[in-house]
Amino acid sequence: MAKAAAKTKAAASASVERRPALAGRTLSAPGVKVEMLPPAERISLRAPQASLAALSKALGVTLPVKPKTSAMKDGRTALWLGPDEWMIIDEAGNDPLADCAKVTALHSAVGISHRNVGISVAGPAAAVTVNSGCPQDLSIEAFPVGAASRTILGKSEIVLLRTAEDSFRVECWRSFSDYVFTLLSEAASDAAN
Amino acid sequence: MLLIRCPYCEEERPELEFRNAGEAHIARPTNIAAESDDDFEKFFFIRANPKGVIYERWRHIHGCARFFNAVRDTVTDKFVMTYKAGEPKPSKLPGASK
Amino acid sequence: MTAVFRISGAGRLSQAKTASFSFDGKPYSGIEGDTLASALLANGVHLVGRSFKYHRPRGFLSAGAEEPNALVQIVRDDARKTPNVRATVQELYDGLTAISQNRWPSLAFDVGAVNDLASPMFSAGFYYKTFMWPKWAWKDLYEPKIRAAAGLGVSPEKPDPDHYAARYAHCEVLVLGGGAAGIAAALAAAETGVRVILADEQAEFGGSLRFESGARIDGQDGYAWAQGAIAKLKAMDNVRVLSRTTAFGYYAQNFVGLVERVSDHLKSPGRELARERLWQVRAGRVVIATGAIERHMVFANNDRPGVMLASAARTYLNHYGVAVGRNVGVYTANDSAYAAAIDLKKAGVNIAAIVDLRDNPTCPVIDEARALGIEINFGRAVVSAGGKLRVSSMTVQPKNGGGERTIPVDAILMSSGWTPSVHLFSQSRGKVAFNDDTKRFVPGTYAQDCVSVGACNGTDGLDATVDEAYAAGAKAAKDAGGKAGKGAKPKVDAGESWSRGMLGAAPGAGPGTTVKAFVDFQNDVTAKDIRQAVHEGMHSIEHVKRFTTNGMATDQGKTSNMHGLAIAAEELGKPIPQVGLTTFRAPYTPVTFGSIVGHARGALFDPTRRTATHGWAASHGAVFEEVGHWKRAWYFPRAGEDMHAAVNRECVTVRKVGGLFDASTLGKIEVVGPDAAKFMELLYTNPWEKLETGRCRYGIMLREDGFIYDDGVVGRLAPDRFHVTTTTGGAPRVMNHMEDYLQTEFPHLNVWLTSITEQWAVIAVQGPKSRDIIAPLVEGIDISDEAMPHMSVREGKICGVPTRLFRMSFTGERGFEVNVPADYGEAVWEALWAEGQKHGAVAYGTETMHVLRAEKGYIIVGQDTDGTVTPSDAGLDWAVGKKKTDFVGIRGLTRPDLVAKARKQLVGLKTKDPKVVLEEGAQIVADPKQPIPMKMIGHVTSSYWSENCGRSIALALVAGGRDRMGQTLYVPMPNGTIEVEVTGMVFVDEKGGRLNG
Repeated sequence: MAKAAAKTKAAASASVERRPALAGRTLSAPGVKVEMLPPAERISLRAPQASLAALSKALGVTLPVKPKTSAMKDGRTALWLGPDEWMIIDEAGNDPLADCAKVTALHSAVGISHRNVGISVAGPAAAVTVNSGCPQDLSIEAFPVGAASRTILGKSEIVLLRTAEDSFRVECWRSFSDYVFTLLSEAASDAAN
Repeated sequence: MLLIRCPYCEEERPELEFRNAGEAHIARPTNIAAESDDDFEKFFFIRANPKGVIYERWRHIHGCARFFNAVRDTVTDKFVMTYKAGEPKPSKLPGASK
Repeated sequence: MTAVFRISGAGRLSQAKTASFSFDGKPYSGIEGDTLASALLANGVHLVGRSFKYHRPRGFLSAGAEEPNALVQIVRDDARKTPNVRATVQELYDGLTAISQNRWPSLAFDVGAVNDLASPMFSAGFYYKTFMWPKWAWKDLYEPKIRAAAGLGVSPEKPDPDHYAARYAHCEVLVLGGGAAGIAAALAAAETGVRVILADEQAEFGGSLRFESGARIDGQDGYAWAQGAIAKLKAMDNVRVLSRTTAFGYYAQNFVGLVERVSDHLKSPGRELARERLWQVRAGRVVIATGAIERHMVFANNDRPGVMLASAARTYLNHYGVAVGRNVGVYTANDSAYAAAIDLKKAGVNIAAIVDLRDNPTCPVIDEARALGIEINFGRAVVSAGGKLRVSSMTVQPKNGGGERTIPVDAILMSSGWTPSVHLFSQSRGKVAFNDDTKRFVPGTYAQDCVSVGACNGTDGLDATVDEAYAAGAKAAKDAGGKAGKGAKPKVDAGESWSRGMLGAAPGAGPGTTVKAFVDFQNDVTAKDIRQAVHEGMHSIEHVKRFTTNGMATDQGKTSNMHGLAIAAEELGKPIPQVGLTTFRAPYTPVTFGSIVGHARGALFDPTRRTATHGWAASHGAVFEEVGHWKRAWYFPRAGEDMHAAVNRECVTVRKVGGLFDASTLGKIEVVGPDAAKFMELLYTNPWEKLETGRCRYGIMLREDGFIYDDGVVGRLAPDRFHVTTTTGGAPRVMNHMEDYLQTEFPHLNVWLTSITEQWAVIAVQGPKSRDIIAPLVEGIDISDEAMPHMSVREGKICGVPTRLFRMSFTGERGFEVNVPADYGEAVWEALWAEGQKHGAVAYGTETMHVLRAEKGYIIVGQDTDGTVTPSDAGLDWAVGKKKTDFVGIRGLTRPDLVAKARKQLVGLKTKDPKVVLEEGAQIVADPKQPIPMKMIGHVTSSYWSENCGRSIALALVAGGRDRMGQTLYVPMPNGTIEVEVTGMVFVDEKGGRLNG
């Protein structure tokens, strides 16, 4: 191989287009609207208890330690997924991965911005829509605003976050988004009945 | 569909979020390479399969993703109790007569 | 056609709203709110079906879900033909088309009725005894014939065009049954503020209040009270009221399946409406208020059309305004039939006579009937019903024998008492108890947090029922966390109260008789059949049930169980509780497959996973194959190319120039933490501690038993960070396997695992020109051979977006795998494609990937291994760290069988005729002339045409394979035996120079 071929371009070029899965897809049904959410920054954060203070400080949001809860500050949400596991979703365009990189305390931060997609399910029939495939009790008492949980929807795993009394954020892996969106859409059409 | 109490999530959750992971309290030998054939057979192949109380591992795979232990009655299919991975086998079961 | 049996002024339907319908092609007219049954009866039609075994003409027995006879097919169009619909439940809509079942050529003249004449042949256990031999005949002769002749209804032949909804629901109190008891319980529970769901199978709530003309609650007619209470419940935020909803199954921990019929009652349901909706309800407490079902009298020819339950006739009159006849006989062992006679008499129907089996019973209704001038005969039995397609008479005899008298009638109303509906209680694993006084099974020991109230609990009388139900509803709500309610208990001003009756065969159908006195109408079981079963040694009620089919199938013994049990007990000379009750099975009434399937059909049957480049591949003509849930590009045919030609071109081009391949589906796991290398040492056979940052290694994962579980290339991104790849199909289980060990065996390690399969789109760029293709697009990475040799990984940018760039190869050529964040995958692919085009590179699919790797002898876990293959068997001993003291599988590898000689080893095979391509899975023998069964020494695992080699190539697992190099072996196939030569596994570039070529 000639050496010339091995040389790479020095100057930074403009990045290619980002094409999020199902971008712009929406469905409106009586009592509920299902729509794809714009891209967000996300990390999967794993850490022992001893590191939580340092990580919370770096992230600017206090990592919740109570199961099925989340904490939100300045467009950044920390979802408790397991006793040493959080998902950080940043909708303000800041990079939580970079914030964690500064922390020396023991942890693992892995970027998953592109792994997941977010789907909004909003309206008075939102809970019924999600309940078409999710077996958890989604009453406001059992799953209050801010509640977050990994669970299932039909045959797909999802992470469910209640963002308001009648609004949920459904997170799923990119390749499951078509299934999840379609199931939610079909369920939405039945939910107001 | 059963409800299973996850000791990490501290509440009962639908069975669909869980997956059974076989018998509990079978520790992998620390020096496994030195195990005799008989000991390895006991460790790897032999399982209890009792009629009645069984100690099982379950994973809250579509929840907090933790493995944990459960005591279940194979006759009634009822969960007697669940506890975290690594905790010892309970010496006394709730509601047990013996 | 005028509905001549509709009584003006009777019933609750508005006569103005008519609906036309057809039955067996004949047009009729009914009224909105009718069931198909009430509409047919209004037109004087009783004959609606033929029985299952004897093809006897049948009419309506009941007015509800317990109906065993009147099963019809409802036809909406070619694809919507629902068989076995109970005409007593199907609501009428304008244009409804129903046809009768189980008859040929017509209902009135049915050839199959010869079975009735031949019935001595078809006695209990007939099938078991008759079709035993010859053995071959069962499959080829008997079964097909029996299946064609038997069975209820005809399945539709087209896919179901309807859709079905499903939802999970939670409540503190679930009330099953919407009669007086259920409504009272729901009111009490609802007032406490807890979530309440009230479900009833009928279109209208009220239960027996639909026919009990004597009921008055809170100063109103009972039925009107029920409607008011339901309106009140519907208006409450914490209550969901479900009509047309059957609780079909009661499962563990108060998990109850309900199916709601959403649109079967509508003329032309809109596409937006599901046909049915499955509710999977988790309830804190369940109140079972399922009422009781009236029993028939067991006497000869009690199945003639026109012979029906007394309460059914009352329902048809009081709710639907329909008289079931003009000259009606009554046969009873119970008071409740008198009320039916009184209601009908008052509506102008002649009551020919009441025949009461009891001696001198006393009850106000008897006096009332007498005062109306109705003839009453005590201590007498109806020993036979006359008529065939419709009952024409009843033959009455003193119950201890004596002169017969035949009374002309056009309907017979019968009642032998009421059976509490303990189906759901029994399904909840509760144990029933026999009340010897009232001769009925009632809920005994509870297994779940539920309570039975009203008639299903054996509680008699409306007042007592409402009292009990209201208290139970309040308690259930309180126990489930409700506050104290403020409401007032409904006040029962008047109600009806029935208990007692009789069980078993009536006089004339007792021991020693051979008449057809039906116990189970749906399964054509007579009293004689049950006695015969006992005689033939069936001493357990479960055996009697299976031998006779009494109470089986969709009917689940709603009307038949108690009679059958009593007859068996009498024959066995044992008390009823000692004979025991059969178990009630879910579903309570049949449930459609559609409602069970719910949303999971078509695109929603299973997730279809697509990669980021799917759209590009589709628009470039890719043919896709399914790999697990994934759709993967299989090959990219050009115009005129078949698969073979396309794959040949792709294979040759990749080796000559280069190719692009979407490898995104490979599982990817990021292993992060200070103990990451230690963890990798334990999970993989290879050594990892010394792998330098920026380098890659092919890793093998074993199960503890020593067999290969997965494999993949692992890159070290940092001392504490590995990027692990797995097979496509293995991704979830490998993650689970790793988590299992990390959480439960090695929890002391500071390391975490994150699935990044979908974070990164992976574009494999392979071939001699691969570096030239990527070079113009890569920034910040020196991709020269010196800086980035084979099996290395770098982080930088490509096309302006972050990349994890791997130098690796699954083709044996120089190659790269470009990882980019998934949303950029397609755009980066397009950029790489544009560069590739300059060199003449191709896009290739999974088939070419398979061929190219096989040419190099690279295995595919799950294809060349099957869970019984060790690294040594696969020729991968080099990947097992010899100095390691522990890894998962280390002990398994030394098991006696795993180190035994002549294990099957992976080798290459070349057919003697290079044009012959072996079949994957084909068996291999050493001596083709040996007698059958031959000793098989292995099988073909991978086999392809290799255009690069100009011949076929194959991999195979062969016993002692590596000692057989150069030997000739044989693959016997149906068209002849194929000779093969055992070779090494590498068919192209044995020295591996092309990796850097």
